[in-house]
Amino acid sequence: MKFQHFKGWIYLLPAILFLGAFMVYPLIDVFIYSVEEGYNFASQTYSGVGGFNFSYVLHDPYFLQALKNTFLLVIITVPTSTLLALLISVGLSSIKPLRSLYQTIYFLPYVTNTLAVGLVFMILFKKTAYSDGLVNLLINWFGGSSVDFIDGPYWAKLFVLCFYTIWIVLPFKILLLTSAISSVDQSYYNAARVDGTSRFRTFTRITLPMISPTLFYLIVTGFIGAFKAYSDAVALFGTDLNASGMNTIVGYVYDMLYGDSGGYPSYASAAAVILFAIVLTITCINLLISRKYTHY
Amino acid sequence: MKVELHNLTKKFAGGARGKDTVTAVDNLSLEIPDGKLVGLLGPSGCGKSTTLFMICGLQKPTAGKIFFGEDDVTGLPPEARGVGVVFQNYALYPHLTVRQNILFPLQNLKGKDKLSKSEMLRRAEEAARLVQIDGLMDRRPNELSGGQQQRVAIARAMVKMPRVLLLDEPLSNLDARLRLQTREEIRRIQRRTGITTVFVTHDQEEAMSISDIIVVMKEGVVQQTGKPQDVYDNPVNLFVAKFLGTPPINVFEGRISSGKLVMGEDAVLNVSGAQDCDVIVGIRPEGFIPDEKGALRCTLTGVEVMGRDKSVIFTSPCSKAPSIRAVVNAESVVDTSSHEVRFTLRPGKVLLFDKTTEKRLECELSQAQ
Amino acid sequence: MNNSTYEDYSKIERSVSLRRRIFNGITYFLLSVWAVAVLFPFYWMILTSVKSYGEYNSEYIPKFFTATPTLENYTEAFTSVPLGRYLLNTLIFTVLTTAIMMVVITLAAYAFDRLEFRGKNLVFTAFLSLMMIPNELVVITNYVTVTEMNMRNTFMGLILPSVTSVFYIYLLRENFAQVPDTLYYAAKVDGTSDLKYLLKVMVPICRPTLITIGILKVIECWNSYVWPRLVTDDPDYYLVSNGIQEIRENGFGRENIPAMMAAVVVISVPLILLFLIFRKKIMEGVSRGGTKG
Repeated sequence: MKFQHFKGWIYLLPAILFLGAFMVYPLIDVFIYSVEEGYNFASQTYSGVGGFNFSYVLHDPYFLQALKNTFLLVIITVPTSTLLALLISVGLSSIKPLRSLYQTIYFLPYVTNTLAVGLVFMILFKKTAYSDGLVNLLINWFGGSSVDFIDGPYWAKLFVLCFYTIWIVLPFKILLLTSAISSVDQSYYNAARVDGTSRFRTFTRITLPMISPTLFYLIVTGFIGAFKAYSDAVALFGTDLNASGMNTIVGYVYDMLYGDSGGYPSYASAAAVILFAIVLTITCINLLISRKYTHY
Repeated sequence: MKVELHNLTKKFAGGARGKDTVTAVDNLSLEIPDGKLVGLLGPSGCGKSTTLFMICGLQKPTAGKIFFGEDDVTGLPPEARGVGVVFQNYALYPHLTVRQNILFPLQNLKGKDKLSKSEMLRRAEEAARLVQIDGLMDRRPNELSGGQQQRVAIARAMVKMPRVLLLDEPLSNLDARLRLQTREEIRRIQRRTGITTVFVTHDQEEAMSISDIIVVMKEGVVQQTGKPQDVYDNPVNLFVAKFLGTPPINVFEGRISSGKLVMGEDAVLNVSGAQDCDVIVGIRPEGFIPDEKGALRCTLTGVEVMGRDKSVIFTSPCSKAPSIRAVVNAESVVDTSSHEVRFTLRPGKVLLFDKTTEKRLECELSQAQ
Repeated sequence: MNNSTYEDYSKIERSVSLRRRIFNGITYFLLSVWAVAVLFPFYWMILTSVKSYGEYNSEYIPKFFTATPTLENYTEAFTSVPLGRYLLNTLIFTVLTTAIMMVVITLAAYAFDRLEFRGKNLVFTAFLSLMMIPNELVVITNYVTVTEMNMRNTFMGLILPSVTSVFYIYLLRENFAQVPDTLYYAAKVDGTSDLKYLLKVMVPICRPTLITIGILKVIECWNSYVWPRLVTDDPDYYLVSNGIQEIRENGFGRENIPAMMAAVVVISVPLILLFLIFRKKIMEGVSRGGTKG
């Protein structure tokens, strides 16, 4: 009996060791870092304990810029991508021929390297001395004038970032929604048809409530994911995001930790804790709302 | 509303490439008289559900026509047919209350059929009262028992006053006790509204007990149509005979030899009006009378007392069945110490079938004496 | 209803089928628009990668095709930047990480599912609560830890922090739990050891899930960017994501976009191939991983 207990722990040992070293300890540590003032990386000393790191971060214009970018990105991409995914999934579910071909195509962005394909997007949108780029060509066709989406005005850069983010996150949402829609029992639709329910009403009164748990799950994870945006921005605008004014909160954390402006784990920790607090709050709000609206 | 099916055929593309087609319903013609309760009966895969789905318009027939009264409805979408359907799993919308579920079909009505809100509520209440669930209107389906859900489904199907009511395996999701109760309920509702009703079931007892007419199907082909008792007493072939009745009919090998039905060495009954030939003998469990001097000799394996009556279990050299079951009067005396049991047969409960075609042989049977 | 004439019926029939056809047409059109939006970047990257440097730069208005495809950009990509090195690094990183993780999570999932020991439920709850911890929160200390242990620019430093996944342990345990208890008791009666039972019975039965988890982890490893960027600054240890960023910022000496695109194609192809081969498994795995909540 003694050995049996022992054995269980042996099997768990590797997992516990790795998780302890790289998750539990760092988790505690990050909160400690965030309150240690004047921490010096080289000597590993600090001058005191308090909220200075937080107030520094909150007054750092780069952080505020990152905060603004991230919030805009979240507010724009989460609803847009969820709605778009919903539309596409409903369309996909209503067709038979070519369905699996479309599904395969739509899933492709999921398996691509964000950094690599970001480069392609950059080229498509970038305006250089040699060429206005393909997107500008299209804009010109429709009578607009060229815009540099990569080094140009803020709204243009934000647009590319949002567009690319949506392009990247859609596959997951489409996949989940299509499988949610297909798992709705066909007999509900049969019943609705026999009763002469219109397509629109079938969608709003049957499909939508039935997939609402998945929909809310996607919204919750969508918020979390969008708040952590970083590598898509790097892919489009390069590693020096502060210079291009397109940094995100996560980008700020990494920049504080490492890179040209790096070496400040305390500031990085404070920013990470702030991010965590924001995400936690938003998630709680989301869950409260979803409890109200999903019925079963 | 009289429903007529003319040479209805439904083929499905089978296999991954659609090379071979499966014929689910084969050239089916049927007339369902106005106001009757008709049971479509058969083993799973016999095409009964496909037939039902074609009547309600969810599936399009490959060939043939469907008439409601004088109207050809073959090409009509389901909503234009005026049918009410109760699905096997009820298909109650889980996020809507009972009232909202029943209101749902009414809210779909458009144009001149559109109803006022109070009229809709009144009709919903009325439908709920019909199935006696008017006290549960604000519950959700998952707060109801299986039987109550079933009633809600019926109410939802009835609320728009359909011309034809269709029920797909209406009782299969209920437990045995509820099933008994609910089938009485369906019968009552059908009688009261007088609506032409078609229901599909694989349970012969269910079909026999409440249908005005049963239609026995096998592999997409109608085997026999008629009043339940008639079909039970005079099945046209071995399949129908086997399919109806619990416990099922017992099957023996036998032969007709100079006016006698012979099983093994025993001449058990007199036969008139048939040529000498090998036959399949079907004997209903209630066709056996234990009799020490009876003509049919069998090997006794046991007796089960069931209260109202008892079952005698035995084997016979003329039957491949591992056990044969006879249901006899509780007062009948069977000597359980003996290995042999002898029976006299009730001629009306013995059916003869052609050995190769399995079709019923038309002939008169009578006691040997 | 009863006195409707035949004409009425055929009118209804026709309008229903017309509406359906229009609706279908619109659906296909919109779906195709998005399909083009998804596929176009891939087309563009392949197209650009086979245009010569001169041809690309002379097109002020980009052309949608090329008459003279060339493979010179691919040679360029492999010779003037260490693309081969990046690929090899990523391969080593991916294989080792995935392999070690499979062992760790299989053992842990088995312990949670089959073995009885004191504190099991407590530990399991603790594990589950770790699922909610975002990576961004722990990466800071991990960076410091790895730096202090002098593991920057080593495979150890790259691999170790990513060899456990609470979520995959959970997923696998759920799958293990579906294997009937009776198999375990039968094996115990036969005197099979736990480890042997795990390897000979559980692993083969749950192989589909294990493969799915493996593939998902491979995708994750192949695309990982943040952690490798933090712990490597020596190009000898760059993974493809960091490599491509390096190429973008300092590669090829000049703005050689066709060569860049060639590198992008080379990096993207392995995963796309993997996806096309295991399409069903991957999509099923992702949707199962997704609906956990």
